Amino acid sequence: MKVRSNQFIELSQIAVKDEALQTAVARATHIASTNRVKALAEVNQAHGETLRQQAAAIKRSVLNRLPELLEMAEANLTANGCTVMWAEDGAEACQLALEIAQKHHVKKVTKSKSMVTEEIGLNEVLLANGIETIETDLGEYIVQLNEDTPSHIIAPVIHMSKKSIGQLFEEKLKMPPTDDAAEMTQFVRAELREAFLSSDMGISGGNFIIAETGTLCLVTNEGNARMVTTVPPVHVALIGLEKLVATVEDYATLTQMIARSATGQKMAVYTHMINGPRRNSELDGPEHVYVIFVDNGRSRIYGSEYVEVLACLRCGACLNACPVYQVTGGHSYGWVYSGPIGAVVTPLLLGQEHASPLPFASTLCGSCKAACPVDIDLPRMLLDLRRDMVADGVGRGAWQLGMKAWAASMTTPTRFNLSGKAVSLFTNTFKPRRLPGALGGWTDHRVFPSFAKKSFRDQWRDREKKGKPMQEGDDQSG
Amino acid sequence: MKEEQNGRPSPIGKPVSLFVTCMVDMLFPETGISVVDVLEHLGVTVIFPKGQTCCGQPGFNAGYWQEARVVALHFLKTFAQAEVIVTPSGSCATMVRHEFPRLFEDDPILLLEAKRQAAITWEFSEYIVAGLGVQDINGRLPIPQTFAFHDACHGLRQLELGREARTLVGNLENATVTEMDEHDVCCGFGGLFSIKMAEPSGAMLGKKIMAVLNSDAQILTGDVSCMTHINGGLAKKGTHQRLHHFADILAEGVRKS
Repeated sequence: MKVRSNQFIELSQIAVKDEALQTAVARATHIASTNRVKALAEVNQAHGETLRQQAAAIKRSVLNRLPELLEMAEANLTANGCTVMWAEDGAEACQLALEIAQKHHVKKVTKSKSMVTEEIGLNEVLLANGIETIETDLGEYIVQLNEDTPSHIIAPVIHMSKKSIGQLFEEKLKMPPTDDAAEMTQFVRAELREAFLSSDMGISGGNFIIAETGTLCLVTNEGNARMVTTVPPVHVALIGLEKLVATVEDYATLTQMIARSATGQKMAVYTHMINGPRRNSELDGPEHVYVIFVDNGRSRIYGSEYVEVLACLRCGACLNACPVYQVTGGHSYGWVYSGPIGAVVTPLLLGQEHASPLPFASTLCGSCKAACPVDIDLPRMLLDLRRDMVADGVGRGAWQLGMKAWAASMTTPTRFNLSGKAVSLFTNTFKPRRLPGALGGWTDHRVFPSFAKKSFRDQWRDREKKGKPMQEGDDQSG
Repeated sequence: MKEEQNGRPSPIGKPVSLFVTCMVDMLFPETGISVVDVLEHLGVTVIFPKGQTCCGQPGFNAGYWQEARVVALHFLKTFAQAEVIVTPSGSCATMVRHEFPRLFEDDPILLLEAKRQAAITWEFSEYIVAGLGVQDINGRLPIPQTFAFHDACHGLRQLELGREARTLVGNLENATVTEMDEHDVCCGFGGLFSIKMAEPSGAMLGKKIMAVLNSDAQILTGDVSCMTHINGGLAKKGTHQRLHHFADILAEGVRKS
């Protein structure tokens, strides 16, 4: 996937003027957030925030023990009959998946939804090597049909209306025109049945791997992941190497949190716990199961002060809660991950020079942290990323001079007062309709504030002169 | 009260050093006067350390921590004698309380002072309700009025404020407090965000303005930065409705007319 994260400002300018997108995203994020709050209120009523606190603690303990748990997971997955592989970067992960496909003479792949395969661009590699690759999550299926990219971690076509999807189906699938979601789903379901039955390999992501049992866990709502992971003779799961839990009990806690946070459900409709390939006594299931752990920048994050971001469950709650995401949609972020989590992980995974506007695409309002099921301090990380970027000289431009001047004027009350008076005189005399240069965007939506004729400190002095009983503070500086 | 158990000294009986904030000083001096009037009505001695300028947040949030540190150091010096610092801004209070200790974490001596000042800094409504334990300032409005609040983000989520200002205003005679739609959603200001990302910011502002115009109440808030932003949007739209700082309403309630 082409990275366009440096164009956030331009892309978001287009998005805020796209009325269809505005309606669709506002509606869907509002519903998702409302349902999340409702679903969590049910548990919070009985136990306070303990479920969230437990989930947060579990993921942090995973991070503390990550190397050990990865070894445990590898040993137990292998004991269960899975083949475990490690990919240092996206290219290696794609190559491993391709080699597996070639080894098993695969011509057709069905896929369930996986953000890590979006991240590494797996579909392009398979297609380029002549392997037909079909997305089977309804949203991802629409994305693929539309030659689009997902705009939300769990709701790939959140930016589209039912009407526009109906038009797409009419054009590409020759389906009779409709905007009835159930009808469209049934139509796709019939198409996908054929695909499941005729595919040679299934590819999935993974929500968790339980280290102590070597179990791959997937939560879905459509049932397509069950088909993908059981019908074809080969199943390949790609999973970020941070997505571990130690025990089944920990998994039980997190799975409650992920469903409530993502969609407001108590449980996802389908919960898959996969313990290796088909055994002799079993009727169904693949003959071969491969698990590819994908690093692709994660161990670099693991060694940095941003390690906490690896606790993310990819539930999408922070996107739904973010007032910036609500008006920009996901495509504005220019890569796979959008919203507050995207603003943090994109520069960390790709390098800040490839995503320099993203840490600034936030008002630091804190809604993301409040919504996060594992309490990741995303606003703190956005601030730290801004600091790093300024320190490394990424994308700073004209602001640097301004900031130097600001700091200088704020270190003596005299200069502070004089600069205030100068701005005040300028703006109150000329009453600018549009501010110059980079400041112009402000006045497109807002009237520039009038400065007071007499500042507080001047009024304070007057009050003192009038003999009001006021005290002057010790003035040690300036 | 929660934080007092965590070692925040009680502010009762101590003079208050007012940090009026740079924006109140230059744009809304009358709100600063309101704060002083309410505090003096409560029998509190108010000091105005004249060296004060800004807390450093604009630079800090923009990533310019070196510059922010210079400004924050000036703050630390200016308030070195303070026993209690009160400010009519949840955002500036957050800066001092949560970020100053981070800015000076590599300097043991300044860190000590940063932590001391963090522990004695209160947002205005928090100081009255949680600090002094006063829920009712015994004020009266001349005519019945209905109010609703726009929750400023930093105060709401970093200091967990909101209830305090509603309590104080609601306890004024003749005042009723209701809620506006989406009162806890950001107005889109975010300092530099509103300039760098003016379009998304404007779209967020547009939603907030709709909520303000949909409410029959007079909208109050605790941060003049949101107020400047939202009022700038209301003015651009040509409406006459404006947000006010709740300190101005409290002061109206206690001033001898």
